[in-house]
Amino acid sequence: MRRPNIDTERLTRHFRDMCRVRAFEEAALKALAEGLVPGPLHPSIGQEACASGVCANLECDDLLLSTHRGHGHTLAKGADPEAMMRELLGRAGGCCGGKGGSMHIADFGVGMLGANGVVGANIEIAAGAAHAVKLLGDGRIVTCIFGDGAVNRGPFLEGLNWARIFDLPVLFVCEDNTFAATTRTAAVTAGPGPAARAESLGISPVGVDGNDVLAVDEAVRDLVQAIRAGGGPRFLHVKTYRLTGHTATDAAPYRTTEEVDAQWALDPIARCGAELEAAGITAETLDAIRTAAANEMDAALEAAKAAPWPDLSLAFTDVQDIGAPVPAGPGPLAGIEHVRASTPPIAPGGTA
Amino acid sequence: MTTMTYLEAGKAALAEEMRGNPRVWALGEDLGRGGVFGQYRGLAEEFGAERIVDAPISEAAIMGCAVGAALAGTRPVVEMRFSDFALCAVDELVNQAAKARYMFGGQSKVPLVAREPVGMWRSSAAQHSQSLESWYTHIPGLVVVMPSTPADNKGLLKSAIRCDDPVVYMEHKDLWGLEGEVPGGDEHLVPLGAARVALEGSDVTIVTWSKTVHAALDAARSLAQSGIAAEVIDLRTLWPWDTETVYASVWKTGRLVVAHEAVTVSGFGAEIAASVGEECFGGLRAPIRRLGSPRAQIAYAPPLEDVLRVDAAAIADAAAALIR
Ligand SMILES: Cc1ncc(C[n+]2csc(CCOP(=O)(O)OP(=O)(O)O)c2C)c(N)n1
Repeated sequence: MRRPNIDTERLTRHFRDMCRVRAFEEAALKALAEGLVPGPLHPSIGQEACASGVCANLECDDLLLSTHRGHGHTLAKGADPEAMMRELLGRAGGCCGGKGGSMHIADFGVGMLGANGVVGANIEIAAGAAHAVKLLGDGRIVTCIFGDGAVNRGPFLEGLNWARIFDLPVLFVCEDNTFAATTRTAAVTAGPGPAARAESLGISPVGVDGNDVLAVDEAVRDLVQAIRAGGGPRFLHVKTYRLTGHTATDAAPYRTTEEVDAQWALDPIARCGAELEAAGITAETLDAIRTAAANEMDAALEAAKAAPWPDLSLAFTDVQDIGAPVPAGPGPLAGIEHVRASTPPIAPGGTA
Repeated sequence: MTTMTYLEAGKAALAEEMRGNPRVWALGEDLGRGGVFGQYRGLAEEFGAERIVDAPISEAAIMGCAVGAALAGTRPVVEMRFSDFALCAVDELVNQAAKARYMFGGQSKVPLVAREPVGMWRSSAAQHSQSLESWYTHIPGLVVVMPSTPADNKGLLKSAIRCDDPVVYMEHKDLWGLEGEVPGGDEHLVPLGAARVALEGSDVTIVTWSKTVHAALDAARSLAQSGIAAEVIDLRTLWPWDTETVYASVWKTGRLVVAHEAVTVSGFGAEIAASVGEECFGGLRAPIRRLGSPRAQIAYAPPLEDVLRVDAAAIADAAAALIR
């Protein structure tokens, strides 16, 4: 495929960002195979164009809500891969202190307000974040990425309706990877699908080939522009395919190897590389980008492996301000008692 | 001091906090017209539709939006209309509001207040009458508050709005019209986690909260006529609950009755009874008694509803039986 006048610099940046996401997940899968990841991993291999194409259009202080399959979104939003890898391994220095893991990865410092372990829940949270942003009038926008499975949950209806009636600055991105866990989403979704549902709520949808990073980028650019101009919520349906199983340990016997092989031929990173080569970028340059990404993520993994477990006292921090458990006795696990009447009264003013 | 109703006190608390902090706002169904009980009447006129937000009948979205809005730097006050309807928003409260701070490693707090009116309210029947406070006391991350007087409804709601934790704030529907003296001024704050000794006594401790406080006070008056001095403790905050005040009272009286409107089985009285059993065993002179609703749905017909309610006579009988 050859498009006229492509911005090779921007496309190269996408290539690099997608390679970083792929390399991060390959390193994480390696760690999982070595028994170093204690919890589940939901890889986004094959879906990197969505992460890169969306996040390239967001500012650092714009807010992003993601899903259990959120490594790519988080990295593309600017999070530090080493802190993320530490989190996946449950080690000290993880971006959530080792208390969240892959399904709750978050980096508020770059506006990434969290992956979510409850399918669809992020849609309402995103609408609320957008409500706050509008109330505060600070010009930020909110983006919410969710899967095709989420459109069958109530929060999809309630959250989109909310965003529309209050005209909120939020971009809804349905990253449709064809499957919801081990089920083909189309088989359990009535009607013509996610975009039609958005349209029925007055949010006119845009659809895009989710394995074509430039197409995603351009679609998001226009939608974000409209949102920033005060146009209210927008909806993007990104059609893609999950090349791995639902989790890293799902062999996906519910689909044929022929089907998956045909989808590998549409790998967004390979397509992006081919387009760059056609536009004159050398294979050496692309190789160097791939290698740099792999090295970066291998280094992140090595650092994570070398990191200690979190201090045990962290099990009892960040529970709540009042009524939090306080370790009693000599060691942190010796006995837990809740805070007694000495609980300090709430200081007037709060924090924010 | 001003005389006002429990309802007016709650409204005054919200209005004062909204005046003092532009990040405080409220969202819920029908708020623009004052809310279903009138507890928001006049607020839309003062603060505008942007801060007194009329929500669709989308309890999950109301609560979920509040979580997002809290994460994004505001302090939302959620109105759930009836605590029964808040069950449509349990994921948002329990899996999101109560967990976000912890599972994201303390990157953000979730300062929201979920107002959930509870309790039997003449012939509202099974889906509009429940007291489910004990469910929420079980959830790490949540604070649970149940005011019984106008003064406390003002002071506790103000504290709840200033609290950085998600607070489940349960007003009793049958108390809206209750009048009482309320300290004036912006700084009438009742600390969360502190009980109130509503009546001092030396013979038996009655721990209670919400509307049942008033039944307990009636019971104490009738006990006094037979020479029994009951101490009535209004817990006010269920999590964290004021163990110090309760234990001190039990050490003094040696007897404990816990009374609440909720179903006895797995009610919060069970937690109090167990804790007192562990901590004050040596001071007990009688078994601990728990009084609550039988484990039955709440009925419609007034006489059927009434047999399910813990009243002053039941509390007085239970307390007197511990002394005989
Ligand atoms: C409310 C809820 N139900 C079920 C699950 C279990 N679950 C986790 S991921 C998943 C599939 C979600 O599919 P989709 O939204 O399309 O996202 P994808 O996994 O394809 O990225 C399911 C059913 C869950 N996490 N939350």
